[in-house]
Amino acid sequence: MLSIKNLQASIGDKQILNGINLEVKAGEVHAIMGPNGSGKSTLASVLAGREDYEVTSGEVEFRGKNLLEMAPEERAREGVFLAFQYPVEIPGVSTINFMKTALNQVLVARGHQTLDAVSFLKLMKEKMKLVDIDQSLLNRSLNEGFSGGEKKRNEIFQMAMLEPRLAILDETDSGLDIDALKIVANGVNKLRSSSNATIVVTHYQRLLDYIVPDFVHVLYKGKIVKSGTKELALELEAKGYDWIKDEVAV
Amino acid sequence: MSEKSVIDLIDQQAGLNPRITALREKGREAFLKSGLPQNKEEEFRHTPITRLLQKNLSMEPKANKLAALSPEEIRIDGLDAYQVVFINGIYAPALSSLPTGSDIVVTPLADAVDGGNETALEHLGKYADPQVDGFVAWNTAAWTNGVFIHAKRNAIVDKPIYLVYWHNTESAEVVSVIRNLIVVETNAQLEVFERYGSTGNANHFSNHVTEALVHANGGLDLYTLQNDNGNRYQYAFTRVHQEPSSRVNTYAFTFAGKLVRNTLQLALDGQGIESHMFGLYLLSGDTIADNHTVVDHRQPNSFSNEIYKGILDDNSKGVFNGKIYVRPQAQKTNAFQANRNILMSDSATVNTKPQLEIWADDVKCSHGCTTGQLDEEAIFYLQARGIDKDTAKAMMLFAFAIEILDNIKNTGLRHHVEAIIRERLHQ
Repeated sequence: MLSIKNLQASIGDKQILNGINLEVKAGEVHAIMGPNGSGKSTLASVLAGREDYEVTSGEVEFRGKNLLEMAPEERAREGVFLAFQYPVEIPGVSTINFMKTALNQVLVARGHQTLDAVSFLKLMKEKMKLVDIDQSLLNRSLNEGFSGGEKKRNEIFQMAMLEPRLAILDETDSGLDIDALKIVANGVNKLRSSSNATIVVTHYQRLLDYIVPDFVHVLYKGKIVKSGTKELALELEAKGYDWIKDEVAV
Repeated sequence: MSEKSVIDLIDQQAGLNPRITALREKGREAFLKSGLPQNKEEEFRHTPITRLLQKNLSMEPKANKLAALSPEEIRIDGLDAYQVVFINGIYAPALSSLPTGSDIVVTPLADAVDGGNETALEHLGKYADPQVDGFVAWNTAAWTNGVFIHAKRNAIVDKPIYLVYWHNTESAEVVSVIRNLIVVETNAQLEVFERYGSTGNANHFSNHVTEALVHANGGLDLYTLQNDNGNRYQYAFTRVHQEPSSRVNTYAFTFAGKLVRNTLQLALDGQGIESHMFGLYLLSGDTIADNHTVVDHRQPNSFSNEIYKGILDDNSKGVFNGKIYVRPQAQKTNAFQANRNILMSDSATVNTKPQLEIWADDVKCSHGCTTGQLDEEAIFYLQARGIDKDTAKAMMLFAFAIEILDNIKNTGLRHHVEAIIRERLHQ
């Protein structure tokens, strides 16, 4: 589904990704872990198409198409979804109106009919249950005055609405207490299927107790320096990241 | 246009409406003293109105003519209102529909003055000081007509008063001088909606002065829609005098025109007063829009809130100057002010200046002004959900602008203004 080859990217003069290689197949969950500043969020941002970053080398293919040539909205329509580490607050735009506009643009791009108001509300109510989110929250301005947990649940709600093929969760667990974490993880798990894939970007192993990965990759200085299964995450949790740094140094 | 031509115009009007000869003379004297405002004057520093008028209007003194106007042109779907239409500054009875009840008087000001209406004669010229600037002086000396609205004690006026100021410039440039007087008596409630428009391509100018007195516990909602897509230059001065426990809401929507200069002054002369001033300017092309506002807290325990927002594109220019005065005896005043601007192009500019002068010590006052671009991170967020960039921008601009509309109570009016904003912002 996703094939990343020797991806290098920089912001300003600073190179952050130094040649990433990663293959993600349908049905798989990949965790990307690593110390602060290793390039985890940059990788997520580059895949979603954030303009601040310049891709200097490498290729990213998504379902056989060159992802790097697409505008952010085209990537979303192809089925890439980024759950933001820091969801943006937009005063005056309600989540409901925003989702209606987004979903209809995505549906048209995927060759479907747009939803009328009734079908949209029905779908919305169904998806709201997944993350236990209240409609009064969705009537309000997007993320404005939301708690950290509400913002992250709103991200997963949007993901449920848009039914992406590839979901990238950028530090979705940061700032969440354990109850909120369980709700968010539960939502993600319910959306998993054999036809979609998930990349979980996280600093801590805690989230991976609830969203169990098939593969774990350790990112360090803009490169994947180690890959393994979920046991690798436990090892990182127990030993910290220093041993990886030492191993790379040798 | 020169000062000489303005004086010629003033002299043309001198003998009209004999009951107010003294007032006209007062205006004439003030004009002879001040002349038209020059750029170096602080109140006109960013708006070269006199220079632009001199350059773009010849203003040979000649009588304006009533021109034809289709009722369809000024009809607003869903707005049920009394209607007073002025074409080239001349009252157009065929297009107007005045109320007939005994609790409200709506009549051309010249008729009220000539007919000896005591309320009109008592209040005309009492609130707008001709010494404010040359335009108010000119207006005082040489107004030709306008509307007199008198909402009597306890009157809840059932429909808004819709005022249309139309210019037909197909055969020549037009200059009109309009004077309005609004009196809202104790416990009365009134909505007034002003709209500017034109037909034709010639340059034109309007000089408007509106005086309003709102008695104790009265309410006035004053809406102004400046959306003249012709070559209108305009000066509009509005002064509202508020007595205890009165409520005034003003809305200034400036969407088009060559140059718009609004001066809005509220004098809060009593306790328990509540005043809201809302403004929204969506500017493009080379439009200049200048809003100068004054809130004068003269007594304790009153509340004022002002929010003006602007979206500026192309080479447009915005000016905002907001003065808040809190007099020494006006303790426990709450006064808030905000001016927010979004610049859509590199050549659009805004000059914004809050000016608070507070002589009382137990007050809550705040002001804030921001000028910036659309939040790139927010645009990316919307794009990341599948929304194209243009739609994302339009959504954000619309959300920014629409906040001002939340406060409009009249739904017909709200829909009309909202539709214009939607069209302008491609929403």
